[in-house]
Amino acid sequence: MAPYESDDSRTAGEAEDLRAGRRKASRYVVPVAVVGVAAATIGIVPALADSGDPDLPEISAQQLIEKIAASDEQQLSGTVRINTDLGLPDLGGLGNSLGSGVGGAGRGPKAGGDGSPADPSARLTELASGSHTLRVATDGPDRQKVSLLEDAAEYSLIHNGKDVWGYDSESDEVYHSTVDDASRKDAGKNGNRGADRRDGLPATPRDFAAEALRSVDDTTSVTVDGTVHVAGRDAYKLLIKPKQSGTTVGAISIAVDAKTGMPLKFTLTPAAGGAAVVDVGFTKVGFTAPAASTFDFTPPRGAQVTEGDTHERAGTGPAGPESGKGLAKGLDGMKMLGKGWNTVATFDTGGSGVPSGSEAGGDLGGFLDSLGDHVSGKFGSGTVFSTRLVNALITDDGKVYVGTVDKDTLVRAANAGR
Amino acid sequence: MSRADALPAEGSHAGRTPGPLWSLGLFRSELVITLRRWRTLALLGVLAVVPVLVGIAVKIETRGGSSVGHRGGDGPAFISQVTNNGLFLVFAALAATLPFFLPMAVGVIAGDSIAGEANAGTLRYLLVAPAGRTRLLLAKYTTTLVFCLLAALVVAVSALAVGALLFPLGDLTTISGTRISLADGLGRALLIALVVAASLVGVAALGLFVSTLTGSGIAAMATTVGLLITVQILDQIPQLDALGPYFFSHYWLSFADLMRDPVQWDDLQRNLGLQALYAAVFGSAAWARFAGKDITA
Repeated sequence: MAPYESDDSRTAGEAEDLRAGRRKASRYVVPVAVVGVAAATIGIVPALADSGDPDLPEISAQQLIEKIAASDEQQLSGTVRINTDLGLPDLGGLGNSLGSGVGGAGRGPKAGGDGSPADPSARLTELASGSHTLRVATDGPDRQKVSLLEDAAEYSLIHNGKDVWGYDSESDEVYHSTVDDASRKDAGKNGNRGADRRDGLPATPRDFAAEALRSVDDTTSVTVDGTVHVAGRDAYKLLIKPKQSGTTVGAISIAVDAKTGMPLKFTLTPAAGGAAVVDVGFTKVGFTAPAASTFDFTPPRGAQVTEGDTHERAGTGPAGPESGKGLAKGLDGMKMLGKGWNTVATFDTGGSGVPSGSEAGGDLGGFLDSLGDHVSGKFGSGTVFSTRLVNALITDDGKVYVGTVDKDTLVRAANAGR
Repeated sequence: MSRADALPAEGSHAGRTPGPLWSLGLFRSELVITLRRWRTLALLGVLAVVPVLVGIAVKIETRGGSSVGHRGGDGPAFISQVTNNGLFLVFAALAATLPFFLPMAVGVIAGDSIAGEANAGTLRYLLVAPAGRTRLLLAKYTTTLVFCLLAALVVAVSALAVGALLFPLGDLTTISGTRISLADGLGRALLIALVVAASLVGVAALGLFVSTLTGSGIAAMATTVGLLITVQILDQIPQLDALGPYFFSHYWLSFADLMRDPVQWDDLQRNLGLQALYAAVFGSAAWARFAGKDITA
């Protein structure tokens, strides 16, 4: 071949290479575009869904509170997301072992007795930290179900007539107790609040809202703070703020369904700022009767059934039968100091209090010191244990002061109460 | 490099290809070759043995009438229900194999798909046939997907057989505490096997992409399985929580939501969406790489 021909073909080849290289690179536009579209969808769609608060007629705070009180939805099913961040130290396994040791209601591998993982009281402590998804279903005062969704497992608490069943699918264990007549009447009075309260699972925003509204008095400002979408429904936002200083509670916001007056979301933010301490809200809610089969429960064949006590009346409290007794003893000598949001509860344990770090010595001492701060005043000296919401002072002579107040207010209350 | 090599086949060979049936033929021959390989059969065999081992272990442990799986997070999900209902062995076996065995097997098949041919020197002969690279890639990916389905079904069927043999079958209690009939339970088991197979779509696409990057089958398999392990470890690190929902393995255990009553669809939908996204991103990346690659082996 003539030399110029080969030269020519080489140049053509180089140009071809260049073009091919560009074409190669341009193909990667496709995956990049797919990623881009996906990112845009993930970013934009929720933003679009959130935009715009609903237009609702004006309403006063008083009317809204009355609306909540008047709400009487007997049939409901929905999903509740609950986030709690009390700022407790994450004790992990230690917390579990402490729980089983102290309350006799831990989740340890004890067969039967209070150690059953299906026992409702053992499950309450789980809700006190982290994020959880619950499913609630209610059909009248006699039939309720609360399910705590876990990874590939579920804990269900089913109240149907006079039976209360707890079923833990992970361990395949069943807890059973019965409700006597007096309690059923009581439950009827309280509407659908009855059962889950009695069984120690204050799970829905309504339970929290009822608790918050109970504390409304002249030390509190209550306002309607615009409107909001919750679980696809239009809602008013009720803002409850303490007027006093010294409390750790910053604000409580309750989203109230405009149609039914049902609280849909409850958020408690601490005075110190940061993330909400408690944030409970429906992510899905419907006011139609759940399927009847939802409330049917027969223990699965071969599952271990733990029989619980008969609940004598509603409001035994979140603690189980055993720890309830202990608590009641403690509450006998309980006094309230201060007023409004700065109320401090105090009681005498009769014991010698918590040993301070130096007394206990060693590893345990270091551990105790890391949990609390040493304080002293007219009351003597003691240790303050702090969370983001509740502070507790345990004096060396065994007195306990607890309240949703900051450390200084707590010490002042202890000095004054002396 | 000729035009025919560089472009996807559709344009340049439109006149010569006799329609979609032909590419079905390519897919069929790929499938038969893949399924006849000893290593494929060995992988399926290992997967079939897992439920047998789990079943026998549970049987031995509960011989004295005690129950297994007391709280503490030991053992795969659903394990404590197996003693009372053999159908739960299907769910327990799928939960046990999904984190590692199943994706590993898929990683081996997917990683081998292109790189294995290149390694054996057969890739260029495949491309001599007027099928074009895109079709070959599609045939390879579809074959891998069929293997995903087959693998999940092998585990499920083996578990069902062992469960029926060792434990009683009957009406079952969903994890929400409600009761469903055995027929309904079998239906849900099939649905769960399909969801598990669909959960592997993302890994398959990732493996295919890795496979187009290298000429060594072993390297591609090792990289895919390595990525699988890395992603699962990253998913466990609390500081990376924000990234968690974008790891392909993040929603794998959501198949258990099918055993709730009513079924909780949120995570299932997220899982399927995520798998589709991985398939789209890494599938198109594999195409971008493979369609313009110089084939030297």
